[in-house]
Amino acid sequence: MSAIITLSLLAILVLYLGLFKARRALLPVSLLGLVSTLVLYGIQWDGQAVPLYSGMVLFDHYAVAFSVLCVLITALVLLLSKNYFDAGSTHVAEYYALILFSLTGALLVVSFHNLAMLFIGIEIMSVALYILAGIRKKDFASNEAALKYFLMGAFSTGFLLFGIALLYGASGSFDLAAIKDYVVSNPHTVSPLLYGGILLLIVGLAFKVGAAPFHFWTPDVYDGAPILITTFMSTVVKTAAFAGFLRLFYSCFVPLQDFWIPVLLIMAVVTLFIGNITALIQQSFKRMLAYSSISHAGYMLFAIIAAGPSSAEAVLVYVGAYSLASVVAFGVLILVKRTTGSDHFEAFNGLAKKNPYLSLALAIAMLSLAGIPLTAGFIGKFMMFSSVLADYHVLLVVLAVVNAAIGIFYYFRVIVAMYFKPLDRDQIVVNGYYKTVLTVAILVTLLLGVYPAWITGLI
Amino acid sequence: MDNLFILLLLPVLGAIVLAFVNQVKSARQFALAVSLVSLGLTIPFLLNFVPDASIQFEQQFAWIPALGIHFHIGIDGISLPLVLLTNGLIPLIILSAFSYDYKGGFYALILFMQAGLLLVFTALDAFAFYVGWEIALIPIYFICALWGGENRIRVNLKFFVYTFLGSLLMLIAIIYLHLQVPSGDYELTSFYQLTLDSGTQRWVFWAFFLAFAIKMPIFPFHTWQPDTYTEAPTAGTMLLAGIMLKMGVYGVIRWLIPIAPLGFAAYGQLALILCVIGVVYASIIAFKQQDVKRLVAYSSIAHVGLIGAGVFAWNVQGLQGAMIQMINHGISVVGLFFVLDIVARRLGTREMQAMGGIAKTAPVLAIVFLVIVMGAVGLPLTNGFVGEFLLLMGVYHYGIWYAVFGGLTLILGAVYMLRMYQKVMLGDSNAQTSNFLDINRTEWLVLTVIVVLVIGIGIYPKPLLHISEAAVTELVEKVNLINN
Repeated sequence: MSAIITLSLLAILVLYLGLFKARRALLPVSLLGLVSTLVLYGIQWDGQAVPLYSGMVLFDHYAVAFSVLCVLITALVLLLSKNYFDAGSTHVAEYYALILFSLTGALLVVSFHNLAMLFIGIEIMSVALYILAGIRKKDFASNEAALKYFLMGAFSTGFLLFGIALLYGASGSFDLAAIKDYVVSNPHTVSPLLYGGILLLIVGLAFKVGAAPFHFWTPDVYDGAPILITTFMSTVVKTAAFAGFLRLFYSCFVPLQDFWIPVLLIMAVVTLFIGNITALIQQSFKRMLAYSSISHAGYMLFAIIAAGPSSAEAVLVYVGAYSLASVVAFGVLILVKRTTGSDHFEAFNGLAKKNPYLSLALAIAMLSLAGIPLTAGFIGKFMMFSSVLADYHVLLVVLAVVNAAIGIFYYFRVIVAMYFKPLDRDQIVVNGYYKTVLTVAILVTLLLGVYPAWITGLI
Repeated sequence: MDNLFILLLLPVLGAIVLAFVNQVKSARQFALAVSLVSLGLTIPFLLNFVPDASIQFEQQFAWIPALGIHFHIGIDGISLPLVLLTNGLIPLIILSAFSYDYKGGFYALILFMQAGLLLVFTALDAFAFYVGWEIALIPIYFICALWGGENRIRVNLKFFVYTFLGSLLMLIAIIYLHLQVPSGDYELTSFYQLTLDSGTQRWVFWAFFLAFAIKMPIFPFHTWQPDTYTEAPTAGTMLLAGIMLKMGVYGVIRWLIPIAPLGFAAYGQLALILCVIGVVYASIIAFKQQDVKRLVAYSSIAHVGLIGAGVFAWNVQGLQGAMIQMINHGISVVGLFFVLDIVARRLGTREMQAMGGIAKTAPVLAIVFLVIVMGAVGLPLTNGFVGEFLLLMGVYHYGIWYAVFGGLTLILGAVYMLRMYQKVMLGDSNAQTSNFLDINRTEWLVLTVIVVLVIGIGIYPKPLLHISEAAVTELVEKVNLINN
């Protein structure tokens, strides 16, 4: 808990730094705060954790592992933001503070042990994001993204809240352990309210993770928001939402599998196909990444469908791999867009000649997203497929495999543009922060891909 | 000296260093040196190998223990010839690329692919096998798409997606089998010991078969092959045809049939028929080709079809034929593509009509080419004869009509190959071919090695056959025991 308190105080401190115009101190202070959060989490690594504060939060291995992942990815995003917002706005401190607030919400979502906490966490996370999506006040697309995200988000929160209310009506408690006891003790005579509650929760959470058919906000919001905010949304927020989703369903609703698994099965397949096929026809790299994030949500639903002991690890590795690759992809996109003014695939033509390192990093990120061996993405996909096959959903995996093959077409498009389409262009100047972020992300991607033993068996 | 892990690691290290070499000359020398060292490191394996059915030089490291995955590698009589083939051909392929100004990156990709190929041929753990299988694919995609011909982007994307889809199906089967293994690992031996029901084995058979059939390729999964071979740079074509398609054949022998013997009993005949259809079909199409590279690409489908038929006949003669013919085909096809590259580079075209009369100005090349062509069509006392004879004998034991149609490859092969030789080398010379320069020293070196191998294996194939005999016999008996 001290980690979350530290983080909240850090965000307020950053706001004050903004008040006193200490712009240079923003990034170092934020990073320092994140590092101390990490240290506090490290101390908390405890297999025998018990729920704290009347069962509100539980910092077990699951929660700590996902929290650390969220904090690390946020640190990478913050490193990328050096000089990103200064150009257009004087309110940089707000940006840092809002990201930190949003992160705090995300950390609550991954460690909730009470549905009220889940709701509060999701709200803290989302409200900050509504503002962040529209942080470019004079940019029309950014405003549109913020409004859409806000309306859709508020709507989905309604579903979520209603679902929680029904759950309470059925079981008489918000506490995960109590709900679980209720479900386990009456597996055949559960109140119909509970079924309604589960369905509404699925709707609400599917909105948050961007799974079809509740994905319609994703492309426009991802496309319209500033690239860095999109990065944060598609990595940290997605990680937290999935971790929360899995935690809720794995700890409470496993005995009722027969009821909700068919629903999620259909959603996963629809999500995969919609995400992949729409990504195929995109001309903009950024929009392609938005659709690809939908299809990745489809793969991640696999873990919830499997709802087994290996699911948590599978999700951890998968979102870790996906987030690292996304950070690289969006980071390179920022640089390319800054010099060419375009986020289309053509903007990447001939990049390999002038910026071999940048191209190599992006190529590895794309291979990881496509799930090619020796990258983290492959290990993630492998674990996902293993966990669903353990439940004998062979047809689902065959469909997933077809989608993985479709994915090659659009992930390789940018590789083709960079390496095989010669074009004279200027060299892109890459500053030290970007180099650090790309190097770290790529090294971890490869390390996870070649020798993942250090992360499997963690939870 | 017979540390298998080092043999696999060396090309990777070489590749990493080469990726930073931007000078053409030093890149060449370093790449050649690395490939020669790995060839040298192969010799102790050959010397210390005991030709029985056991697995030797085994090494095992924990890789992802939480998931039951080990990095388990080893060599037996079936993998050793292919390891030899890989490490023997890579220096020749690197040498043959010296005519072009490739920088370090090109050779790095070749060496990286070599590591993937070696892992495929030595893996005893299904996960390691799959990883090697995919690692071999990435570099060849980049080699073909970076340095290939005009349509390289479209053609290679098709190739990549096609093979990737096939291998993912195999991955499903591998995970499924792993979940059935009581000890929860991915070991080849654990997979062998599984006794699954016939229905399961049938779909497992298809999942593996598609991956291997696309790689080889077997008719009707060959549609990517002619385009990819034609558009690839010559070194890429050599890698694809000389070594990579053997991954498919090896997979069938090592993984597909022993793991799913009941599936094989149900569909083996169908697979054999597809192979034989491929032989006839590709031979006829090869006959119509004007582009020499495309002609050899189709001839490769025909040859591999016969190899496949020999494997699916599943008897000792057929398998032994397949083992030795994989080596022979690798040697011959590298020779053929190299000669055609020499010719095409000097004339600036691959069309047969623009050639002719080269033998007059380049007698050495003409003689060497003749020997290689003879090897490819299977003339007695050349390497091709031994393999094709054994293959046909194996198929004959399976069914006489299959052998009759499969045997057409000998006749049809002779027809289109000799026709090509005649049009390229003989006849009247034209304005361009009358100034044709004979081969230079590097080319001479590569071609001499190939010619020596063609004739050497043709006259005395026994040592090679001896390596695989015991392992093949045991494998055949093991599967036949289940199926009878």
